Amino acid sequence: MTVAVGLLLGLLVICALAVSIIKDPVAAVLVQLGFSTVMAVIWLILESPDLAVTEAAVGTGVTGVLFFFAFRRIGLIGGKGEKKE
Amino acid sequence: MKRKHEERRPLRTAYRVMSVAVFLTLITVLLLVVSWLAQFGGGENPAENEVYKRYVESGTSEGGAVNTVADMILDYRAFDTLGESNVLFTAACIVLILLRADKDPKDGRLLIPELQAEPLHGKKDSILRGTARILLPAGLLFGICIVLNGHLSAGGGFSGGAVIGAALILFAMAYGPEKLEKTLNRKTWSWLVWSALLVYTLLKTYSFYTGANGIESIIPLGEPGRILSGGMILPLNICVGIVVACTMYAFYALFSKGGIGSGGK
Repeated sequence: MTVAVGLLLGLLVICALAVSIIKDPVAAVLVQLGFSTVMAVIWLILESPDLAVTEAAVGTGVTGVLFFFAFRRIGLIGGKGEKKE
Repeated sequence: MKRKHEERRPLRTAYRVMSVAVFLTLITVLLLVVSWLAQFGGGENPAENEVYKRYVESGTSEGGAVNTVADMILDYRAFDTLGESNVLFTAACIVLILLRADKDPKDGRLLIPELQAEPLHGKKDSILRGTARILLPAGLLFGICIVLNGHLSAGGGFSGGAVIGAALILFAMAYGPEKLEKTLNRKTWSWLVWSALLVYTLLKTYSFYTGANGIESIIPLGEPGRILSGGMILPLNICVGIVVACTMYAFYALFSKGGIGSGGK
């Protein structure tokens, strides 16, 4: 159990560093969503399922959607230049 | 342009050095504070006091909920939770003020050009719809279950409301917000949030009044473990869930199309 927690915590640090290093905003948000997923698993291992459910719903669901819509709103993704259908 | 760039170079170097210095100082201070913290699970920690014992030992008999966390956030510390709900509501209002897309008074078009350039929900994405068809009922039921069982098992108003809000967002993304707005239009939204906050405030006002004056509350605590137990915790959980779900959906609607529509025209 402690090995698994250690691995997950290491993954958290890697994700946190990667978010600040990655230049591409979409990739950075995806890594941040991964951070939240790992965090939810850690909450579950730490025996707080309340927090795990909230972290999974807010951290990986709603936050990602809001980030992508904000990007779209400021023209980072999904603009006219990118989409050719 | 180039000269300006060169003039600013020492400033930029100083800025970088400063930012690294501030960063390192902050990390050092934080690590020092962490090293001063008491050991995890130690017997003589300051966290090991009577408040924690009271919660664990008599939480179920005093608050009525089997879930001690629900006892804490909705009974012992309900005032904090009321403040949190209001913070969420205020955040939704601020986002509404900042992001609302006004309509041209002459022809009724949205004044933000990016939003009317391409209707995001016009495409019928079969992958998204197929996933939503499987996930939506489960997600909505799971959220409602978390809210209603908040006093019996893990979960509660906030987590359940967040799950319901995420399910509503998925529905709006897959089938278009127009369908959702037949039920949850702007008027219904504001009525739901407003009345949930009001019910919460009234219930807690009653319990603060009776508690402060030493009057016995008429709301029975019920038998711990039943769905209808826990005194006010179940209605309070429902109120918090409604506020959270509506706020989540409102954020989505404001970001994607500048506001919650008024439903049928």
